[in-house]
Amino acid sequence: MDPVAPRRDGTVVHVSGPLVEIEGVGGLSMLELIAVGPRRISAETVAVSGTRATLQAYEYTGGLKVGDVAVPTGGELSGLLGPGLLGHVFDGLMRPLSSAPMWLTPERSGSGEDPTSLAREWTFKPEKVAGTFVNSGDVLGTVPDSGSVEHRVLVPAGVAGELDWLATEGPVHLFDTVAVIAGHDVALAERCPVRRPRPFRSRHTGTVPLHTGQRVLDLMFPVARGAAAAVPGGFGTGKTMMLQQIAKWSDADIIVYVGCGERGNEMADVLEGLSQLEDGRTGGKLIDRTVIIANTSNMPMMAREASIFTGITVAEYYRDMGYDVVVIADSTSRWAEALREFANRNGDLPAEEGYPANLASELASFYERAGRVTTLGGKTASVTVIGAVSPPGGDMTEPVTTDSQRFVRSLWVLDRDLAYSRHYPAVSWTGSFARDAEALGIWHTANGDPGWATRRARAAALLAESDRLAELAEIIGTSSLPGHERMILLGGRLLRDGVLMQNALSVNDGFCSAEKGAALLDLALDVVDACQGLVERGVAATTIEQADLGRVLRAREETGPSDAAAVKARNAEMLKALVGLQ
Amino acid sequence: MNHERAQEINGTGPAPPTPAFAAQISHGDVRELRGPLLVAGGIDGVGWDEFATIDMDGGEQRHGLVLEVDRDLATLQVLETTDGMSLEGIRIRFEGRPLHVEVGTEWLGRVCNGRGEPLDGGPPVTGSATLPVSGWPLNPVYREPPQEPVLTGISVIDGLTTLVRGQKLPIFSVPGLPHLTLATQIAAQAASSGRSFRVVFAAMGLTHADIAYVRDRLESRSAGGELVLLLNAADDPVIERILTPRIALTIAEHLAYTEEYDVLVIMSDMTSYAEAVREVSAARREIPARRAYPGYLYSDLATLYERCGRVKGHDGSVTIIPVLTMPGGDITHPVPDLTGYITEGQIVLSPEIAARGIYPPVDVLSSLSRLMRNGAGKDRTREDHLDVAAQVLAAMARARQATELAELIGEAALSETDRSYIKYQTLVENGVFNQGRDEIRSIEDTLGRAWTALAALPEQELNMVSTAFLENYLPQRNHRS
Repeated sequence: MDPVAPRRDGTVVHVSGPLVEIEGVGGLSMLELIAVGPRRISAETVAVSGTRATLQAYEYTGGLKVGDVAVPTGGELSGLLGPGLLGHVFDGLMRPLSSAPMWLTPERSGSGEDPTSLAREWTFKPEKVAGTFVNSGDVLGTVPDSGSVEHRVLVPAGVAGELDWLATEGPVHLFDTVAVIAGHDVALAERCPVRRPRPFRSRHTGTVPLHTGQRVLDLMFPVARGAAAAVPGGFGTGKTMMLQQIAKWSDADIIVYVGCGERGNEMADVLEGLSQLEDGRTGGKLIDRTVIIANTSNMPMMAREASIFTGITVAEYYRDMGYDVVVIADSTSRWAEALREFANRNGDLPAEEGYPANLASELASFYERAGRVTTLGGKTASVTVIGAVSPPGGDMTEPVTTDSQRFVRSLWVLDRDLAYSRHYPAVSWTGSFARDAEALGIWHTANGDPGWATRRARAAALLAESDRLAELAEIIGTSSLPGHERMILLGGRLLRDGVLMQNALSVNDGFCSAEKGAALLDLALDVVDACQGLVERGVAATTIEQADLGRVLRAREETGPSDAAAVKARNAEMLKALVGLQ
Repeated sequence: MNHERAQEINGTGPAPPTPAFAAQISHGDVRELRGPLLVAGGIDGVGWDEFATIDMDGGEQRHGLVLEVDRDLATLQVLETTDGMSLEGIRIRFEGRPLHVEVGTEWLGRVCNGRGEPLDGGPPVTGSATLPVSGWPLNPVYREPPQEPVLTGISVIDGLTTLVRGQKLPIFSVPGLPHLTLATQIAAQAASSGRSFRVVFAAMGLTHADIAYVRDRLESRSAGGELVLLLNAADDPVIERILTPRIALTIAEHLAYTEEYDVLVIMSDMTSYAEAVREVSAARREIPARRAYPGYLYSDLATLYERCGRVKGHDGSVTIIPVLTMPGGDITHPVPDLTGYITEGQIVLSPEIAARGIYPPVDVLSSLSRLMRNGAGKDRTREDHLDVAAQVLAAMARARQATELAELIGEAALSETDRSYIKYQTLVENGVFNQGRDEIRSIEDTLGRAWTALAALPEQELNMVSTAFLENYLPQRNHRS
């Protein structure tokens, strides 16, 4: 460290909630973690001035006194990463909650590593031989974890050289050395600072879709692997439900679910829901590909601020092993509130709505950690970030919503009117966007679905036209519209109710394969075309409107989640039946 | 678990407030008085969030919480306000720990003020353990998803927005509506099947007339030892309101997880509570967020509402009904808005429905119980419950459209189906939603009434109910015109 200022412990001189000021310290660096008071609660250095420093405490500071000791730890806020994360629940500081007591009293703070995790034994399987030359990111060996995901032990970043020694197949603990590379010990687990992005070789430019299993997203507002998406929605618009569906059904290898300042019962729900569901691709349980970071709204506010970064660091850890990871953060607004709370206590000048002026750059530093990359080990892997936004009063012009929009590739706006009419997922087709849609269309063309982009464009146009006509019809009445416009109104309804709506609780409809989604959208569009054809032939619009189109609307519920063939068969039947209309 | 925790805290903390307490150092150096805040100097060894007792000349005692310690200064928030205080003649004794209350079954049947001091002429409440009023966060891993109903005997709630054991379900109202009557009726009637049920009622900023009503209405539940009443009146100290819900929840958590009761906590009116939080924030010159409420209001409310729940390994539960009045009927006001983000649904009262003489005036289309699908239906209430509720709501939405249409073009011009919806609306509002203020209805009765109203609709309109339920429950299925 700095040779001029010798490292010294400080003393507390000021406490106001999570804001702690200390005096008499030396050699402190920004972001350094300090253990404060007799309970050694963690606090991060946010300002240094001479021998004074301002700290942001991550835990409840009740009972902290002027004169209490403050000991610099020399490290930054970090999480212990290793096997045993999957299927478990951690708090915002990456301490396991699965083995914590029922009440999270301050007594558990500062206790260091969790003894249960340390005592656990893992089986290491070497994949290299001593004497060879290894580079950062190379796989040294593997460890079977809870599910089918193979845990890979990598050569740490910045380490390369001859592999002096490698553990043989057998039991190891988290802190045991499994390899020695050019004199450098590599343990099974590593402490990883959460605020610094983990290094990778390069970013990929190609665009590959993340299949979410939710039709409105996959067909209309897709997200690419390694991109970022934001989901703004007022309360009651089904935000959490939609994020949980993505956690369940998206085709990523690993899900990191960050419950940031949200309900405790929801975390229980995610945990139970994922524990019961089978992973269709591996046959295991979905929970075994999931890491849950839970910092519920009643847990300390500043740990909430850390939880977002903890979550994305865990995601990068798995990305470096070569996996496609999705981070779901619910909700980034609560995280921004924690930023605001601390900035206010620190006396920072407020920008919009009391948020600190660096809100936008903080949001960017989170969303920009998303990416599809070539890892140090040469694998292609990705971190996709999906952040929920909870705008106060449903106001979409508030700073967190507007700033988030600037840094994401896809925006899924949840609409209160849709939600109130029980149209779920309530993704608005007017306010949402997908900036990678064109590139993803090219990918679909190259990967067996050349009609994807056309289909999407037709659906978007039909929805917009139908919305416009619906407003008109409210004034002059549907019956005053010409026949082809009435068919557009009908088509809008078929699209909304038969394709975009999706019943999360249904076995058939909760998840939708890409093929079935495409077939459903084709079904709706083909039926609209057929109806337009009928109108042109002189069939009365009323006759068509009264025809039974229930089979179109029920197709999503009545065919299996991946049964595109059944939808196509229904399409043929419907067209045949419509031809007979007089 | 809770016992252990209480002992642990007793073991590590200083002695409880007994005669030994008098030996504590008392500070007399008061530097500043501003609004509810008191700044004391010459302080040493006082921790943040500590509780303090303030002795005034003439023997009066007040109480305070430490909001900030800065070198030798401590800023206290005085619960009973600083009115009548001067810089001289004040002695402050710090308790060495955050505010604790004694908890236990001794609270049952008692009536106390917002700080937990008796109003019923009885002795101070003592208990089997002492716990900090702010509680500790419950480890989310220990939570069990709520899934058993709490029946209130009120048709519109039990039928359409079923309350679930361990849920937090607020009542959103506007001044002048009978939300307090409704909350009191719930407090008087609520029960969970086959389990012993207790109610903690925390009143914040209620008028004396309202308080008298609540005490009178809940008399029998109180006499039966099933109720704890904590009453902070509108003219009681404002800052005291910050403590009232915390004391109530601490008592409730003990009753739930140590005594294993199902506990319902009613907190009315949360808008008064939030105003007290805002007052302290303003006195501290904090940077205000929306409508001058502090930026941490969400987290502050969450530390109250999140204390509900079902916990693994415990039979007891804490269910919370916060009641709040929306200033100007504005649901985007910070208090209802932030509450809505935390709670699991909402029951919204509407002045239009109240004006039609319907009690309780619940706007069923804006109301929602998010946990209902887990807590109602087969093995919970009755097999047809969820279908019936969905059908009643869908029909209400359609009826509303029909009514609007009728206003434009006249009822005579409506289709027969639309007219049946208007008839249905009258039937459902009067036969199901409207209810006496002390009338208890069983779930069978409620669902039966709902079926009677649905029978006004043509059968092909009842597409949300399965055919088997139509066969079994639809009245006079074969005799309808």
